[in-house]
Amino acid sequence: MTLFDFIQRLLGRQKPSGTMAKERLQLVLAHDRSDLNPELLEQMRREILEVVQRYVEIDIEEGDVSLETEDRVTALVANLPIKRARPLPALVAAAAAVGMAQAPDPEAPQELALPLACEPTEDPSPAAADPV
Amino acid sequence: MDAVTSAPARIILICSGKGGVGKTTLTANLGIALARLGERTVVLDADFGLRNLDLLLGLENRIVYTAQEVLAETCRLEQALVKHKQEPNLALLPAGNPRMLEWLTPEDMQRIVAMVAERADFVLIDCPAGIEDGFKNAAAAAREAIVITTPEVSAVRDADRVIGLLNTRGVAPVQLVLNRVRPKMMASQEMLGVDDVTDILALPLVGLVVEDEQVIVSTNRGEPLTLNGNGSPAAKAYQNIAKRLRGEDIPLEDPSKARKGLRARLMNKIRKTTGLF
Ligand SMILES: Nc1ncnc2c1ncn2[C@@H]1O[C@H](COP(=O)(O)OP(=O)(O)O)[C@@H](O)[C@H]1O
Ligand SMILES: [Mg+2]
Repeated sequence: MTLFDFIQRLLGRQKPSGTMAKERLQLVLAHDRSDLNPELLEQMRREILEVVQRYVEIDIEEGDVSLETEDRVTALVANLPIKRARPLPALVAAAAAVGMAQAPDPEAPQELALPLACEPTEDPSPAAADPV
Repeated sequence: MDAVTSAPARIILICSGKGGVGKTTLTANLGIALARLGERTVVLDADFGLRNLDLLLGLENRIVYTAQEVLAETCRLEQALVKHKQEPNLALLPAGNPRMLEWLTPEDMQRIVAMVAERADFVLIDCPAGIEDGFKNAAAAAREAIVITTPEVSAVRDADRVIGLLNTRGVAPVQLVLNRVRPKMMASQEMLGVDDVTDILALPLVGLVVEDEQVIVSTNRGEPLTLNGNGSPAAKAYQNIAKRLRGEDIPLEDPSKARKGLRARLMNKIRKTTGLF
């Protein structure tokens, strides 16, 4: 570590590089494991927000949909601050549009975590099919 | 080696994704260490495009045949297995010849490994780098695997890729060796720590090998560190991996946290909080 780095660290301006390495790896592996590139993730984010907006008013700017990973399990985590629920008639219409019998609870949880299948799959060549 | 079989052989793939992280060094040292513990061990060089397991074992001048000739029935398996002079429990089998890059298929690999496994307790397969055909061939016959990585972002990322592929293939158990550990850098958090890597990859750790100049010296000589009872840190680490593979309970000590006297403990603390030296 150079003296400059040392002073930066003392001043709390710079994280140790090992910590940065871990953070960067966790992010890149979440994407590697789900095989979702940033573009697809952004498209998904927009579509999810569209759907959610049919039910509740949300703050688009604050809405965050990201991949997180722990113990080789990658989850899609959406954190969508809700301003308020839409009036009931609108809710019923939205529910009907997606084929639900009942309108969902307006006190919906704000964060939903969906586990993703995370192991990459190989092209199933007959050769690789069964090693034993 | 005789053909009497007892328990089925352990067939272990040594792989990493990234090149140059220590697969071949591990295969050679682990092979010798297991042989010295009385296990009949065959190391199979599946990295036949760039083979160098023979060099690390000092057997480069004794190779006549490869698995290719065995499969073509132009020689017997015994003729192709290169027995180590000082450690007769160990034999090397090159999968192929660098000039012939096309012949090996997953079926070839399964056939040759099945033949070798009949007369061995351990078969260690030195895998080529990458995740393409070379990896798929090498992995075709493996029952379990050791993934080796260094505490660097690119090596860990590639290791993660390989672990995913091993999981989809049903290879198990998959264990981790962390190589080229630099305790000082880890202690000052200027390198990924042991816990960081095991957290990220979520694999059980079977060995920690520190950065050790003796590895290079032994490579120059063609005598793996585990051959002559060398007491260097890396030699001990390789021996411990061999013992753990046989089921011995040898505790793993994180060298960046190793604290002995009060002085060392204090220095460690200072190092951690300041990142100095
Ligand atoms: N623990 C270690 N300490 C010092 N050098 C090492 C260590 N492990 C491996 N090396 C060196 O790293 C280089 C690559 O090792 P090698 O086993 O050939 O990697 P791979 O087979 O994965 O390509 C070699 O020069 C080797 O001597
Ligand atoms: Mg190699």
